[in-house]
Amino acid sequence: MGAHGAPPGTQGFPLGHHFDDPAQQTESSTFGMWVFLATEVLFFGGLFTAYAVYRSAYPHAFAEASRHLDVTLGTINTAVLIGSSLTMAMAVHAAQVGRRAGQVGYLLMTLALGSVFLAIKGVEYAHKHHEHLIPGPGFRFEGPEAPHAQIFFALYFMMTGMHALHMVIGLGLLGVLAARARMGRFTAVYNSPIEITGLYWHFVDIVWIFLFPLLYLIGLHA
Amino acid sequence: MNGERVPTPGRHYINIAYGVKSWLLTTDHKRIALLYLATVTLFFFLGGAFAVLIRLELITPPGDMVQSETYNKFFTMHGVIMVFFFLIPSIPAVLGNFLVPMMVGARDLAFPRLNLLSWYVFVIGGAFTLTAVVSGGVDTGWTFYTPYSSTYSNTHVIATALGVFITGFSSILTGLNFIVTIHKMRAPGLTWFRLPLFIWSLYATSLIIILGTPVVAITILLVGAERLFHIGIFDPRLGGDPLLFQHLFWFYSHPAVYIMILPGMGVVSELISCFSRKRVFGYRFVAFSSVAIAALGFLVWGHHMFVSGQSVYAGMIFSLLSFLVAIPSAIKVFNWTATLYRGSIHYDTPMLYAFGFIGLFTIGGLTGLFLATLAVDVHVHDTYFIVAHFHYIMVGGMVMAYMGGLHFWWPKMTGCTYPEGWAKLSALIIFVGFNLTFFPQFILGYLGMPRRYHAYPEEFQVLNVMSSAGASILGVGYLIPMVYFLWSLKYGKAAAANPWGATGLEWQTPSPPPQENFEETPVVVSEAYNYSSPALSGPART
Repeated sequence: MGAHGAPPGTQGFPLGHHFDDPAQQTESSTFGMWVFLATEVLFFGGLFTAYAVYRSAYPHAFAEASRHLDVTLGTINTAVLIGSSLTMAMAVHAAQVGRRAGQVGYLLMTLALGSVFLAIKGVEYAHKHHEHLIPGPGFRFEGPEAPHAQIFFALYFMMTGMHALHMVIGLGLLGVLAARARMGRFTAVYNSPIEITGLYWHFVDIVWIFLFPLLYLIGLHA
Repeated sequence: MNGERVPTPGRHYINIAYGVKSWLLTTDHKRIALLYLATVTLFFFLGGAFAVLIRLELITPPGDMVQSETYNKFFTMHGVIMVFFFLIPSIPAVLGNFLVPMMVGARDLAFPRLNLLSWYVFVIGGAFTLTAVVSGGVDTGWTFYTPYSSTYSNTHVIATALGVFITGFSSILTGLNFIVTIHKMRAPGLTWFRLPLFIWSLYATSLIIILGTPVVAITILLVGAERLFHIGIFDPRLGGDPLLFQHLFWFYSHPAVYIMILPGMGVVSELISCFSRKRVFGYRFVAFSSVAIAALGFLVWGHHMFVSGQSVYAGMIFSLLSFLVAIPSAIKVFNWTATLYRGSIHYDTPMLYAFGFIGLFTIGGLTGLFLATLAVDVHVHDTYFIVAHFHYIMVGGMVMAYMGGLHFWWPKMTGCTYPEGWAKLSALIIFVGFNLTFFPQFILGYLGMPRRYHAYPEEFQVLNVMSSAGASILGVGYLIPMVYFLWSLKYGKAAAANPWGATGLEWQTPSPPPQENFEETPVVVSEAYNYSSPALSGPART
């Protein structure tokens, strides 16, 4: 027990002692990530519920507050993030065909694009700080609906902040993966870490695809 | 226990390595189960200590032992510790951790390191909450209702809530691990409908954990943000809606009730079948009723808000949906009873707990129907009737099942035999103490005594004294097993591989099991609970 001879063709696969074969281990990892993403959907779901409740209660305040967001930067960031999903998909592909240079290159590109996204987000946050739009005692907003606009910004910061936190975690994962890819850890038979990080990255991307219109675009045609 | 002597194997998971490091860095699911056992036992007695303080105060009508503020902290800490640090982790993280891989014939859970991480996350969350206890406590009630928790309370809400938040991730990791293990790690021949019902119940529990817990996590973050920055999310003065908190909170916390009771139902299915030497009546109905409870459990949260200003139409729908939960619950009770019918019943300790479970869960469940009825709920809402109802489910149901399971699998987990006479005595003491504690509370609540007050009118004293007396009996009942379990580790007889003559893969390996659970991967060729097999002899009469 314990010593499982590696089946032919799977040499170099770091098989856990409790798995029977590489296929079982790979399927478990992938399935585990999907289950985790289900958890994540519900995590963000709580925020989306709060958003839906308050937006339907205060539609005008939300539209008015939304106009204080920078649509240009938001659009650029959307493009950056979609681009990073493309490079992530390319990294997964490079891993599946076992091309080491491709893995490292695409992982680093994804990491770079993710960093650009966070940098732009940081610029936006700084603007909000200057405009006194951060909820709390320092919040300033013209008009009678100021408290309701504050709720909008509270949700804006919670939602984009949670999203940014997921990005930061993703960047950390990408950094580790790039270093390990450079050492040649991932091959055509063993690449599930890259694949499941890809799943995570696409999920974080999709969250933004919902956040962008709900936060930035609702005031455009009011 | 029967006389079959199985020589203890030279090497098993406990003696394979020694030293603190071999425990704190282990990734063996069986060792992690024991780490959890020690931790949740600590929390159980700590939560119990607060219950003692509550019952002491309530012996006399005036609030003469502590101030009302202190009393608020007592019941809050009792609730927080018992719900989040004992009831939710107890069966899944202790018995589930130990048994899920063994019952599916695997060498470990799918993600052993995540499993260890979950224990550390649990301990860190517990440390935050204990810090709050030591530095002055928290007084919001375990429900953290806004705007009291977010605006007015001057106690350690943030530290406690953060502890609960962190601990949630430990349950998520455990639930995720179980789901993947049950899907991907089953032994050859172990189809879904050959799985033990304990596995089905933990599968349903895990679904609730991974889908519900993240919602309470984000809710707690919102309360924290509201409290720190006054952003208005839950503050009506700023346009926020306190009721939204209740919706989000109960979206998790009502299903959490099923996180607490479903694993207990799984244990009881195992016990009833083994000690009546029969297959479980209507296996598929019992299996699917677990999943049905998990699914319906997500649709009934509004019954906590019948008097909170929720629309009356929403109330009617939630009332109806709450009644529906009774159907799968009743299927289980009827099927267990039908399993007993013409069974060859053995009254060993685990079975006594299973009997206790069925009776007490039935009372707890039926009084739940009173509460699902809108008009009756208006009368008994926030009274001791509610307190009695959920303690019948949580303590009468869940803790009974946990104790039954612990006795049943103790020989497997430790390789030691506990003293049957003492165990039967304490099971009886617990049953008597429990009913004396909580049955008077139904009457108190029906007569109108509200929960969460430290003083009460004099006409309620007799029933309160009965309840406090029962609590002291119950406390003794819980201390005795603590003593004899520890005693058995040193002086208990060595346990056989299958002392109960039970089916299930976990009994086909030595007690305690070797590090990788099985000498060789088992192959399953028949359904679960095949008690008609001549290869099995039942537990010897004691």
